[in-house]
Amino acid sequence: MNIINGIEQQNFIIVSALLFCIGISGIFLNRKNVISLLMSIELMLLSVNINFVAFSVYLQDIMGQIFAIFVLTVAGAEAAIGLAIIVVYFQNRQTIEIEDASSLKS
Amino acid sequence: MILTFPLILFYIFASVLIASSIVVISSRNMIVAIMFLILAFINASALFVLLGAEFIATLIIVVYVGAIAVLFLFVVMMLDIDIKIKNAVNRKRPILILISAIMFFEILVISNFSRVKYYETKTLYPINQDIGNVESIGKVLYTDFALPFEIAGAILFVAMIGAIVLTLKDETRYIRKQQISQQVARNKATSIEIVKVIPYTGINL
Repeated sequence: MNIINGIEQQNFIIVSALLFCIGISGIFLNRKNVISLLMSIELMLLSVNINFVAFSVYLQDIMGQIFAIFVLTVAGAEAAIGLAIIVVYFQNRQTIEIEDASSLKS
Repeated sequence: MILTFPLILFYIFASVLIASSIVVISSRNMIVAIMFLILAFINASALFVLLGAEFIATLIIVVYVGAIAVLFLFVVMMLDIDIKIKNAVNRKRPILILISAIMFFEILVISNFSRVKYYETKTLYPINQDIGNVESIGKVLYTDFALPFEIAGAILFVAMIGAIVLTLKDETRYIRKQQISQQVARNKATSIEIVKVIPYTGINL
């Protein structure tokens, strides 16, 4: 089975690849703050989810959708921890710009 | 290629998804970026509905839009960030865009020319067409994947505790300890007050 509702699997793979590359270029190009970096990571996780669910439906295997649930869990945990770190960092330094975050440089 | 109605819907949702995610990574205003992130999530959930994965679509709405995007909004509004707009052009920008473009075309080429035959793949948990999407997920998730499911719960629990521990500033306010010096230093003058009580009026403490 390669076509569902008249949509080929190729289309979903292309959309997911585009979304992933947009997320990666968001991480590359970002010079502003850490929050948009976290948002790019969320976009990448979303594209991974689209890939999982598309393969799950086109291969008629429920496992991909179950794995998408776990990816969602990890995305939630990562967002919570990342935003907590950002809040603490902002309280200490009064800025969240990426270029200023160089205190680990020796 | 026949342009059926679901295909048109797919093109609409996919193009809005890609456009809003480009806005997310390029917008300078954080609030605008988060709003477009929400739009991207909703369109992705519409794509899942087109695929027939209703449960994941609902979960995307509930978890991403309801929890993660609102968390982002909270943090952006709480921190009161003013981003100084820098006009300095990032010189490496063309190279970085080129890298992601190359990556995209590699994925495209691989997915175009891959010759994986579908009848050769082994289906571990085949979808039963007689029961619905939610039921078929639940039948696998609560039986064969019970342990990973609980580990996922543990991960969320650890993340919750970690977020609380990180953001809790003054821990001594919440811990009550015995302070012996204060107890020893108490005397009659600081701890007892003698009040004359007038009958039928009560006292004002």
